Amino acid sequence: MPLKARDYKSGIKPIWCPGCGHYSVLNAITKAMAAREVASHNTAIVSGIGCSSRLPAYVSSYGFHGVHGRALPLAAGLKVARPDLEVVAVGGDGDGFSIGGNHFLHACRRNVNIVYIAMDNEVYGMTKGQASPTSPESWLDGKLTPHGTEMRAFQPCAIALASGAGFIARGYSGDPNGLAQLIFEAMAFPGFAFIHVLSQCVTFVPEQTAWKQRVHPVEGTPATAAEAAALIHADDGFGKGILYRNPRPVWPRMHPQAGGGEDPRAGFAL
Amino acid sequence: MTTLTLAISGSGGAGAISTGELLLRLFAEVGGYGMLKKTFSPQIRGGESAAILRLGDAPVSTIPATIDLLVALDWQNFARFADEVPISASTLVLHTGTDVPPPGVTPDNLLTVDAPGIAAAADSGWLNMVFFGMLASGLGCTCAAAETLLRARLEKHDDAVLDAACRALQAGFAQALPDPLRELLATLPVPAATAPGQPQRWLASGNQMAALGALEAGVRFVAAYPITPASDLLEWLAHHIDHYGGHLVQAEDELAAINMVIGAGFGGVPAMTATSGPGMALMSEAMGLAVASETAAVVVDVMRGGPSTGIPTKSEQSDLNLALYGMHGDAPHIVLAAQSIADCHFTAAWAVHLATRLQTLVIVLSDQSLGQSIQVIDAPGSDCPRAAVNSSQEAEPYLRYRDTDSGVSPLALPGEPGHMYTADGLEHGENAIPSPRARDHRMQLDKRWRKLADWDFGGHWAELVGQVDQRPVILCMGSVTATALEAQAAMAAAGREVAVLSLRLLAPLPTKQLATLLASGTRLLVVEHNHGAQLWHYLRSLLPQLAFESLALPGPAAIQPRDIYTALEAANAT
Repeated sequence: MPLKARDYKSGIKPIWCPGCGHYSVLNAITKAMAAREVASHNTAIVSGIGCSSRLPAYVSSYGFHGVHGRALPLAAGLKVARPDLEVVAVGGDGDGFSIGGNHFLHACRRNVNIVYIAMDNEVYGMTKGQASPTSPESWLDGKLTPHGTEMRAFQPCAIALASGAGFIARGYSGDPNGLAQLIFEAMAFPGFAFIHVLSQCVTFVPEQTAWKQRVHPVEGTPATAAEAAALIHADDGFGKGILYRNPRPVWPRMHPQAGGGEDPRAGFAL
Repeated sequence: MTTLTLAISGSGGAGAISTGELLLRLFAEVGGYGMLKKTFSPQIRGGESAAILRLGDAPVSTIPATIDLLVALDWQNFARFADEVPISASTLVLHTGTDVPPPGVTPDNLLTVDAPGIAAAADSGWLNMVFFGMLASGLGCTCAAAETLLRARLEKHDDAVLDAACRALQAGFAQALPDPLRELLATLPVPAATAPGQPQRWLASGNQMAALGALEAGVRFVAAYPITPASDLLEWLAHHIDHYGGHLVQAEDELAAINMVIGAGFGGVPAMTATSGPGMALMSEAMGLAVASETAAVVVDVMRGGPSTGIPTKSEQSDLNLALYGMHGDAPHIVLAAQSIADCHFTAAWAVHLATRLQTLVIVLSDQSLGQSIQVIDAPGSDCPRAAVNSSQEAEPYLRYRDTDSGVSPLALPGEPGHMYTADGLEHGENAIPSPRARDHRMQLDKRWRKLADWDFGGHWAELVGQVDQRPVILCMGSVTATALEAQAAMAAAGREVAVLSLRLLAPLPTKQLATLLASGTRLLVVEHNHGAQLWHYLRSLLPQLAFESLALPGPAAIQPRDIYTALEAANAT
């Protein structure tokens, strides 16, 4: 009998605040797993540190809750070593775009066949309300930036495109069915698949509840980087859907057979 | 044993190292022994480099402080490493005469060889090959054998380049050698071919042996970020891991490298990375994750001079404190030290075994001298320790971090139905669910310590050469071991017996075995290649009942046997 979304929940109660967008993301992930009929034990969810990074324990699958910012390399190491597994990295905007920003660039370039779901609430929630790389420049409530960040907000989808990601999508926690569909597509995509999820923090940025009036679907799915760039840059950051899909060769390009080539011992002999 | 020590120096790119490597291989192929130490600046061109070789008719494992022969391809920047290539009154020095020794370098026996002229007459610019030919002839090797090696080394070059190099070699070989050079080289007997039945001999570096040992033990995933002097270890792996069906990823930084290793280890695939001090400092947070999540990971630290960028290309043993104490929180893990170039193979393999068997982090300390020196060694056996990934087959309920008697908990690998869990750097209960409770924290801390403290590491924890009973003992690790053994031999020749104890297992320190073994020693001299006496402080802290003395000298100059026996002669070395 096919499993239902709830069968993919571990039963551990999330630490998240009531109203947190991450509950919907968790639901969307389990819905996508059910729709793909993946075997829980062949799935691994990998995260760093932050509110959203607590997600792996809430899914009935293997998981790894690592250190801050390093979910992507840990996930890549696991996938390269164990290509038989479905590997999904999850985390927040601080984890992925600030402390882990370099790994984000290189994960897009390297194109290991994993899914990366970044739950963006434009704030460091777990440390109680500091500005994140995606906080609007004008946001005055960041506890370390009383005059605003005075820095341009990080543009995850534009950066992903420039760095070579072959699958870029944006979802919204207020639309879990739409998000589940995006995760389903990302899992089916051969290569690094990035989903930018607008996932509200009602505790530190309560005004994000207004996002539901701002989100809108994007028109079409660009298959060239130039079209995707035009779409992403023209968008107000609230367009949801698949922003780019264009597969290219995944890393590693080949899996060598043991015993091939010269025995390394031969090279040392006198 | 008869040995000859020679140095070939030149500005970076002049071919000093290549010439030395060719000469060592040539001499080794006909049955000789030797080793080669490289000294160079981090610059690719325009820096300085020297190959210091000691050739012998029996196994050689140290480079002495004084050299018998210096071949100066040029004198540019020679002053920068004059300390490491000391010219004595008896040193024969060959140079081309196109430039002069720098101020302060005044060799008594200076011979001019018109290598540029000899090369030019052969329509070649390869003056280093002129010297290679002369040395090959003086050592009794054949020109054909030298040319075969040279052609193999330059196989990627086009024929015109190759032929020009060979013409210079032939012209050098045909030269009548100046008497002092001919007489000096003739002191070394032409090696006899190896007798049948003897172990196969290899020419290898410690970095290559560590890489091979790791692969033969079962490493199938490597994450690599380049850093001197570990890059060549990683490069060797990159070119050979395919043969084992594994993968090497060039990571974007050391933070990524160690986390990739942890990811692969979580997947049940034995994994490693190699780095040096600055890289390991960056890895330290995630090394604690390997400890807390109980994930197998091997980190080889090829130590160089520190702190900060320090002296990247030269050897030191100053990362011991970082290896022992570099992680935040209480993070028990294993620290091993390789003892020789050949032992890099065993110690790396043992590290892979222990990391997988005990589900933890193992740091292997090597150093630039072990890592990048090349030596004629007996081929290591392929019966080395192996990875031991022990998958769980236990009764329900499955508890990933079960508080077992041994401290080793059942490990489920992704893909196993029914045993799913989330590995965590957050403190957790036996069921892997995050828990800040005092009881769980205490239980898991105890468990992670117990699995190492109670483990029977067997007889590999150290190598003892000689008898401790009523004799002085030299305690050491890594590349200092060979120097200590040479000091021991020199003292034995003078009628003084000392023992050498080279530590392979540094953490957890086998204090009971050490206390028992060392109780009857008359002096306990800890010799190490760093400024802060890190090993001495460590041994003293865990064995306060023993009166350790210290000889701690920083790099880049190597510790010499006479430093050790002078310290032992002194009434109180500390």
